[in-house]
Amino acid sequence: MPAEIYLNVAISGILTGLVYGLMALGLSVIFGVIRIVNFAHGEMMTIGMYIAIVIFSAFKLDPLVMMVPIAAVLFVFGYALQASLINPFINRPEHSQFMLLVAIALIMVNVLLIIFGPDAKNVQTSYAFDSFLVGPLIVDATKVYAGGAAVLVSAILFAFFRFTYIGQAIRACADNYVGALVVGLDVKRLYALTFGIGAACVGAAGAMLVLIIDVTPALGPAYTLLAFIIVITGGLGSMPGALLGGILIGFTEAMAGLLFTPSAKSMFAFALLVLVLLFRPQGIMGKRTT
Amino acid sequence: MIGQLFEGVPARALVLGGLLLGVLVAAPFLVNDYLLTVLIIILYYAYTGQAWNIMMGFAGQLSLGHALYVGLGAYTTAALYVHFGVSPWIGILAAIPIAIIGGAIIGFLAFRFRVGGVYFAILTIAFAEFARVGFDHFSWVGGSSGFFLPVANYSVSDLWNLRGKPMMFYYLILTMTVGAFVICRLLLTGRIGYFWLAIREDEEAARAIGIDTFRYKMFAVILSAGMTSLAGVFFAFFYNNLFPEQVFHISRSIELILAPIIGGIGTLFGPVLGAFLLTGLSESMHAILYKFGVDIPGVKQVFYGLCLLFVVIVLPHGVWPWVARVLGIRERRS
Amino acid sequence: MSALLSVQGVTKRFRGLLAVDNVSLEVAEGEIFAVIGPNGAGKTTLFNMVAGVYQPDQGQIEFAGQRLDGKTPDQVCRAGVGRTFQIVRPFPALSVEDNVIVGALLRHHGLRDARESSYGILNRFDLYDRRHRLASELTLPDRKRLEVARAIATEPKLLLLDEVMAGLRPTETDRMVAALQRLNQEHRVTVLLIEHVMRAVMALASRVMVLHHGAAIAEGRPDEVVRDPAVVQSYLGAEAVG
Repeated sequence: MPAEIYLNVAISGILTGLVYGLMALGLSVIFGVIRIVNFAHGEMMTIGMYIAIVIFSAFKLDPLVMMVPIAAVLFVFGYALQASLINPFINRPEHSQFMLLVAIALIMVNVLLIIFGPDAKNVQTSYAFDSFLVGPLIVDATKVYAGGAAVLVSAILFAFFRFTYIGQAIRACADNYVGALVVGLDVKRLYALTFGIGAACVGAAGAMLVLIIDVTPALGPAYTLLAFIIVITGGLGSMPGALLGGILIGFTEAMAGLLFTPSAKSMFAFALLVLVLLFRPQGIMGKRTT
Repeated sequence: MIGQLFEGVPARALVLGGLLLGVLVAAPFLVNDYLLTVLIIILYYAYTGQAWNIMMGFAGQLSLGHALYVGLGAYTTAALYVHFGVSPWIGILAAIPIAIIGGAIIGFLAFRFRVGGVYFAILTIAFAEFARVGFDHFSWVGGSSGFFLPVANYSVSDLWNLRGKPMMFYYLILTMTVGAFVICRLLLTGRIGYFWLAIREDEEAARAIGIDTFRYKMFAVILSAGMTSLAGVFFAFFYNNLFPEQVFHISRSIELILAPIIGGIGTLFGPVLGAFLLTGLSESMHAILYKFGVDIPGVKQVFYGLCLLFVVIVLPHGVWPWVARVLGIRERRS
Repeated sequence: MSALLSVQGVTKRFRGLLAVDNVSLEVAEGEIFAVIGPNGAGKTTLFNMVAGVYQPDQGQIEFAGQRLDGKTPDQVCRAGVGRTFQIVRPFPALSVEDNVIVGALLRHHGLRDARESSYGILNRFDLYDRRHRLASELTLPDRKRLEVARAIATEPKLLLLDEVMAGLRPTETDRMVAALQRLNQEHRVTVLLIEHVMRAVMALASRVMVLHHGAAIAEGRPDEVVRDPAVVQSYLGAEAVG
């Protein structure tokens, strides 16, 4: 095989990985602040994907253009979920939180199944078959747009947490729960905001991913797992780690698909996860806590 | 041993337990084939729930990858039977050690490298997924297109090869469930049960009173894996077909743990009650929807999810502790 | 009298920070030995090295003729050293009785034996009446006594106590002191305690060591040590002496 094929596949994997990274960023923000493991993460992404499909088929509006309203819908959804159901579970044991989110995920998957049926759906954009020629390389235009959008949204999120008052208050909550209570922050509301932001991230990621893959209601659990692999690889609770993990997993999957067989690609992602858990449990970018 | 089994059990619990067992033993003569199949499914989940509960409910190690042990047990005995005509009763001599080795590898890696809590749970998922993809490409047992046991219409049941009518499978799984219950009761009320509970409650404090936590956690994983692999053997010979996509899937692992969680983690009767509630709920929903002519895929699962949500919110310790209180039975609780 | 516990020149660093600096001490059999010092003096680090939680960077620890350093916490306990935690950690969802039985099961393999042994200990620490309550339902003084009772149930020759008096009212402190004195006299349990409550130290300890910035600055009888000018200046302050 000529070397360009490897490079083409690697670049394609990295671009997809950026979208994965944004999806995982949502999970990481939620875990980092609320310390809740969102077992319904992939399911929330499929909701975002289906909204994009509905809008596209009704109004022919491009998912990337509609990314902002889709993220907004998911934000409201996430906020409401945290405020109503998850907040009362913050001090419950892990397995109890896990069950709550599994139940929520089960409902999400099957409501989607009732509404949209089991068949795969996708969007056909006008640029679906376009590509850029960079020297000897051929890069898929869709993936370039999606990857670019993921970088943009991530940058906005970083800026939000660094420069806005609410972002800083949320970070304070994450660092010191009791301290945040003491200085009078409304922790429950900040948690709801955080879950909303995490949901918005994954909703935006869904709007991008719907350009790249077909969606079925059953897609949710697989992407929940993928998001876990990414944040643990990158470092649970670390925002740059999530992006880096996403790129790494996207790259690994793409190369595994090329060198072995596409159906075995998740095995490599899991192998990476096991290695990280054993030898660097805090993740690539995570800080070690004892 | 017998003394320990019944020690401290209120008379009322003995009577109720005896009654339940009596009804279960007589059930094949009282119900039709459909209900017998439902009972088989209930007991299957009661058994696997009990096995999982050893790890989570007793020793405090959350495994979300128990489908791995089901699959290893199922594929090992099915392959030996189909390819070499080996009876499943001999086959388990290979299936149990294989599942135990799988559990021991996960346990050893996790406990030596101090992978705990959510991370441990995800490690167990990773290994189950590993197996799923691996078996997808394992053509000796059919790969992703499935592995099938020969099926015929049986006039007599062949217990040695586990070929036969539902009644044979019913008594088999009933025996397994009662056996698992007895084993768990003996272990939980014995020395090792105390050590497990101590580890579950506070591992560092457990170490400080001299408990070799590594050793007892390993024992929990090994026992749980071995017991779960037997459920896999049952699964293979009852359903006669195995697909990696179904057997090892994460949703199978989650199904296995719903019964003890709904019933009450760490309790002996929780997995049994949980299995009755969940399967009963699922089947009756099916019947009701069928009656009203609703045939949309997903409706049943949405109700199922809502019921789960309700139980998790309203009865955080599971249904059994509450039922036990109502019945006036006290079980040493988690 | 030969030393039961002998700590020789142990040093521990955390990321370059010197937590314990070349500390040596010897605790004789049957003795009650107290380590005092301001917060951050390295008391708990020293304690955790004896208990097997941390391994010393330098130096060695011997107990009843065998090396303790290099052993894990459970091995240390099985060697005959019981410990409590500064922030008490009884097993919350287990009954008071079961908490003590778990400890007793280390030396008594039969459940009946372990239960019998635990009743004596529960009585000694005034917990017998509450034995069927869950540990999480107890008040702080009761939980502190349960913590000691559980450690005693493992039948240690040496008991390590990490600030068991902290948070107790004076009457509760006296009750704990009395229980520990009886334990020491009747069962010849040797005690190494870290303590802030000087009232308890003065009543219990036969010898005291003062740690400051990780190093031992004084050692001797309690009444001598509290008059040591270096100790007064660095730690006790005028009011504690008076």
